[in-house]
Formats: sequence, structure tokens, C-alpha cells
Amino acid sequence: MALLEVKDLVVSYGAIRALHGISFYVDQGEIVTLIGANGAGKSTTLRTISALQRADSGQITYDGKDITRASASAIVHQGLIQVPEGRRIFAPLTVRENLEMGAYSRKDKEEVAASMEYVFQLFPRLKERLEQAGGTLSGGEQQMLAVARALMAKPRLLLMDEPSMGLAPILVEEIFDIIQEINAQGVTILLVEQNAHMALSIANRGYVLETGTIQLEGPAKELAANPQVQEAYLGGG
Amino acid sequence: MMLQKLRKPGFYFLGISLLIYIVIQVPLSLGLLNNYWRGIIFWGAAITMVTLGLNLIYGFNGQFSLGQYGFYAIGAYASADVTYRWLHGDTSGLLVVLFGSLLSLLFYALVAAFLRRFYRVSALTQFTYYTLVTIFAFWLTVQYLVPLLGPGTLSLLQALPEAVSRQIVFFVALAGGAAMAGISSFLFGIPVLELGSDYFGIATLGFTIIIKVLLDNTDTILPFPEMKGARGMIGIPQWTTWTWVFLSFMFVVIVMRNLLHSSVGRTILAVREDERAAELVGIDVASAKILAFVVGSIFAGLAGGIRAHDLAFLHPQSFNFVQSFNPLIIVVLGGLGSMTGTILTGFLWIFLLEGFLRLYLPPGFETWRLVVYPLILLLMMLLRPEGLFGQYEVPFLRQTFPSLRKSVQAEEEPLKEVAA
Ligand SMILES: Nc1ncnc2c1ncn2[C@@H]1O[C@H](COP(=O)(O)OP(=O)(O)OP(=O)(O)O)[C@@H](O)[C@H]1O
Ligand SMILES: [Mg+2]
Repeated sequence: MALLEVKDLVVSYGAIRALHGISFYVDQGEIVTLIGANGAGKSTTLRTISALQRADSGQITYDGKDITRASASAIVHQGLIQVPEGRRIFAPLTVRENLEMGAYSRKDKEEVAASMEYVFQLFPRLKERLEQAGGTLSGGEQQMLAVARALMAKPRLLLMDEPSMGLAPILVEEIFDIIQEINAQGVTILLVEQNAHMALSIANRGYVLETGTIQLEGPAKELAANPQVQEAYLGGG
Repeated sequence: MMLQKLRKPGFYFLGISLLIYIVIQVPLSLGLLNNYWRGIIFWGAAITMVTLGLNLIYGFNGQFSLGQYGFYAIGAYASADVTYRWLHGDTSGLLVVLFGSLLSLLFYALVAAFLRRFYRVSALTQFTYYTLVTIFAFWLTVQYLVPLLGPGTLSLLQALPEAVSRQIVFFVALAGGAAMAGISSFLFGIPVLELGSDYFGIATLGFTIIIKVLLDNTDTILPFPEMKGARGMIGIPQWTTWTWVFLSFMFVVIVMRNLLHSSVGRTILAVREDERAAELVGIDVASAKILAFVVGSIFAGLAGGIRAHDLAFLHPQSFNFVQSFNPLIIVVLGGLGSMTGTILTGFLWIFLLEGFLRLYLPPGFETWRLVVYPLILLLMMLLRPEGLFGQYEVPFLRQTFPSLRKSVQAEEEPLKEVAA
């Protein structure tokens, strides 16, 4: 059974329909990527799964439970965590406090310190800046903090909205390495990316979203080899 | 070692508070402090309690509110009604605030447990349920409990010495006033805060105005002839003593301090910093806002009871919306998110503007106040936008959580370290 299953999801902003009934699933342990052009509805999909946006119709099932109408906080408490577009860290709080807030939903408070150590292993840079206010970090560091904060919640399923946005190429590589590393630790990942090339290179499967409908789907390797995808998202191959 | 460290500031804080209590109680007992200054001190305490409530709502939780005076008024009138009726041999006020609020609380717990079984219940549905059970609770009390328990309570209390029964009645009156303010803020907060309205400030202003209109008509629209509507309520016993002021004040300070230091307090602060980020880490944003709002309003309601039983007279005009800017000015002057700042500024405000200036300036000054206040605010915004005391807190009140403006300070601090 899939860890996450989205069925016929329809979402609109007022009169504008952003998603026209999309369906997809993510199995336990997978990295699944959702690629598509600007405005295709990728962020809308993630936001709706996290209950930050209301669905008009359709069904979202997580871990066997219908979460379509669950509250945002209830979803986080079940280990479905999102790293949102544009980071959304607590700017005035220090790095340490941001990380502590990340662990807010956890019940096993004794193990928070261990998670913090794990996060520092992944992002040594954050450890050097523990007492710095989050808002004064560089863009790349803020992105790391956003990922680190999500990890502090001990996610089972991590939704990542364009983690490579605005990063220098070397940092993009680093972030994608870390995503694979997190996945190797048993965290299932749904990855939204503009950088289709990188996303498809680490994902198991992928979906191509175009103006609110899923156009293509399949194993990441097949999608990367698909001429349509190559033309539209991989710079013509 | 750790424990000692934690206890020390609390120890000093309580010690100094007790000292202040004695320093004021002794001259009061010896008759060295005249009624004028006694009134000023009590008034300062009441306004400070109202403003601490506003600081919790606005300074610590980020919800701009103009509703404090509405809740202050509710607390004042509700508690005054209890003691007024008691003086006339009527225990109904006493029983209504006591059992009405207890039953409401019980029903709220039941409704909450019931609603938890459903996902994301709409704010209006919640509001309807909670309002209906509140009405039901008070109807039950008025209809059945008061006739049932009234005579017994009366004879029981009258069997006690007057000094004792008075304290009991006053305690219930104060708690009842605070509870009425809490219940109204809860019912008002559900639709307005659940909806995440950007118009919270306007809605609370509307609330204050509605309360003022209702108070003007307590004897016509509302069934409270003893409140005498726009003529003002007289005959309230002057029961507020320095001990009651002190205990209420300490209650407010310690509850607020402990709330802010708890994990719930962290959610309140996190919501202020970034609502969306708070949602993403799993905080129930609406609950955090409602909690801060209700607790802040309870403080205002308690202050209302204290003030009413010192003045012994209530007039709707004291709660009009111009007055409701008072706590707002104080909280901004003292520093949003600083309890110490609010406490110092609250007392200073009443001491200077109501105490000294009224004594030493020509009588026409009152009319100029509305010119002076905005000027003070304007100057403040230009010269010290973070408030007189910024984010300073005395050790006992200081939180581990940073302040709104820490990011600004954080840039300067490393430099100091290098210099040292
Ligand atoms: N809050 C909003 N109000 C109105 N329309 C919105 C809102 N958010 C998104 N939209 C619209 O919905 C559509 C999908 O937006 P969405 O943010 O999901 O795209 P996206 O695939 O994430 O794009 P990008 O790659 O640029 O982030 C767009 O046409 C966008 O204009
Ligand atoms: Mg997007």
C-alpha cells in the first residue's frame, strides 16, 4: 500500500482552477519527483497535501488514513512534513531555536538531541551558526536550515518544494546528495523541482505536471529519456 | 546547581514584591497616604493589568486588539453586579457568575471533545455550538440553580461574620468578572481568530463600541436596572483593598510569566514570529491565538472588578473607545513583548497623567490630553520605536525565547565581543 495516495485532486483559487483532478502515489521508501513549468500547480499540490490549502474535491490518503480534511497541525503530528517554497524559517529566532521549534510536534523529546547531532552531521555549517538569527543567514544557509528544521520533526514523508531554488551549482549538488542521504535513512520523499535533470537523476519515479494535469508519469530513467520531457524540461537534451 | 539558578530570580522577585506590598501597606494602615494617592495606585495597578493582557495578545502573540476596554468593562460591571445584589440580600449574581461559568467550562470541554472527532470543523459551526452551550449553561443556572440554591447560600453566608462573608463574596465577584470577560472573549475569538482575519483590530474595536452601547442601555435593552444605563451605576461597595490589588496583580504577573515560559507560551510566540512557519512545524495557530486572547481578556476582566470596587461608581463613558487607546499607548511606550516595560509604564502613565498633572496643571488640561497622547506616541515612534524599555525584562520574567528585534541586535553583538 502506498504511503501517500492522491486521488482526483481538484484545487482552485477563487474562480481560477489550479489543479484539475490529479492522481499519483508515493510508496514507502521512494523518492518521487513532481516536475513542471512555472505555474503548473506543483506548490499547490504540496500545499494541499499539508492542508495549507483546501481541496475542492478528491482524496488524500496518508499511511492508510484519509487526511483530506485534517488540520495542518494534525498532519505534521503524523510525520508528514513539508519544506516549503521560499524557506519559511523563523527569521528572528536563532538557528538553534529554529531547530527546536522543528521538533515541536515530536513525542519522543529525549531523542531530540540525537536528531540535532544528526542534522549537524548533514549540515556542519549550521552548527557553526547556532546562535545566529535565522533571518541573517545567507539564502543557501536558510535553505539548509529549512531542511534541517523539517528533519527535526522526524518525518516519515518529506515534501520538498524546490530545495535547489536560488542555490549556486555546487550547493545544488550538495542539497541533492543530502536528499539521497535522508532517503537512505528511511525517509520517503516527494520532491518538487524546476531542476528536472537533477531531480530525475535521484528519483525512483516521476510525474510531469502541466497546467494542473498530470501529462506523463513513469520511472525516472524513462522520463529522463522521453523526448517530450527532454525538449520541455531538459533543455532539448 | 541548576535548580538554584532557576529559583534565585523568582526568590528575588517575590522578595521585592513583598517589600513593595509592605512599603505601601504600612502608610495606608497609618493613614499617611490619602485617598487620592491610594486611588492612583489602585488605578495604576488596574490599568497595568489590562495592559499586560494586551501585551500578551498584541506584544507576544502579534494580534493587534482594541478590545481590552470592552473586557475591562465586562469585568467591572459583572463583578459590581454581584456585590451590589449581595448588599441587597440577593445571591443571584453570585450564583450566576459562579455556576454559569463553571457549567460553561464543563460544556466547553464536552463540545471540544465532541468536535475533536471531526476534521476541521468550520469556525462558524464551532461558534454556534459554543454559544448555544453557553446560553444553555446560564439558562440552567438562572432557571433552576438560583431558586434552588439561593436561600441556602444566603443564610449560609449570613451565618458567617460579615468580614469573612464579604471576602468570599468579593472573591467570587472578582473571579466572576474575570470569567465573564474570558467567556465573552472566547466566543468572540472563535469566529474572528479561526478565520485568520486581517481585520481583527477593527473587529475588536467594534466589540468595544458594542459593549459601550450595551452599557448605555443596561436598564432598557438588558435586564439590569441596577446598572442604570447611561446614568452610571452607583452603590457599589468600596471593597478593594491594597491586599486584593496586590494579590490580583501578582496573579496576573505570575500566570502570564509562567504561561510564556511554558511550551504553550512558545507556540504563542512562534505564531507572532511567523504564522505560516508555525503551522509548518505543527502548531495549531488558531488555538494559540485564542488562548492568548482569552487569557489577556481575563486579566482585563479581573482589573475591571478591582477598579469598580475602588471607584464604587461605574459609568459607560469610562469605557468608550477613546479610553480604549490607553492600554495601547502604554503597551507601545513600554515596549511590545516586555512585561517589565508594561508594568513600569502602566504605573508611570497613571501617576504622571492622572496623578501629578491633574494636581498641578490647570483644570482645563483634560481637554488637551487627546492632543498630548498622539504626540507622545508619534515622538515615541520616531525616537524609540522599540519602546522605553525595549525588550528588557527583570531576570524572573526574562524568557529564553528571543524577541522580535533580536535580529537587529544580533548584528551588533559579535562586534562587542571582539572589542572585549
Ligand atoms: N494564492 C493564490 N491565489 C491565486 N492564485 C494562485 C495562488 N497561488 C497560486 N496560484 C495560481 O495557481 C497556479 C499554480 O501555482 P503554483 O504555485 O502551484 O505553481 P508551481 O507549479 O509551484 O510554480 P513555480 O514553479 O513557479 O513555483 C498558478 O497559475 C498561480 O498563479
Ligand atoms: Mg512552486
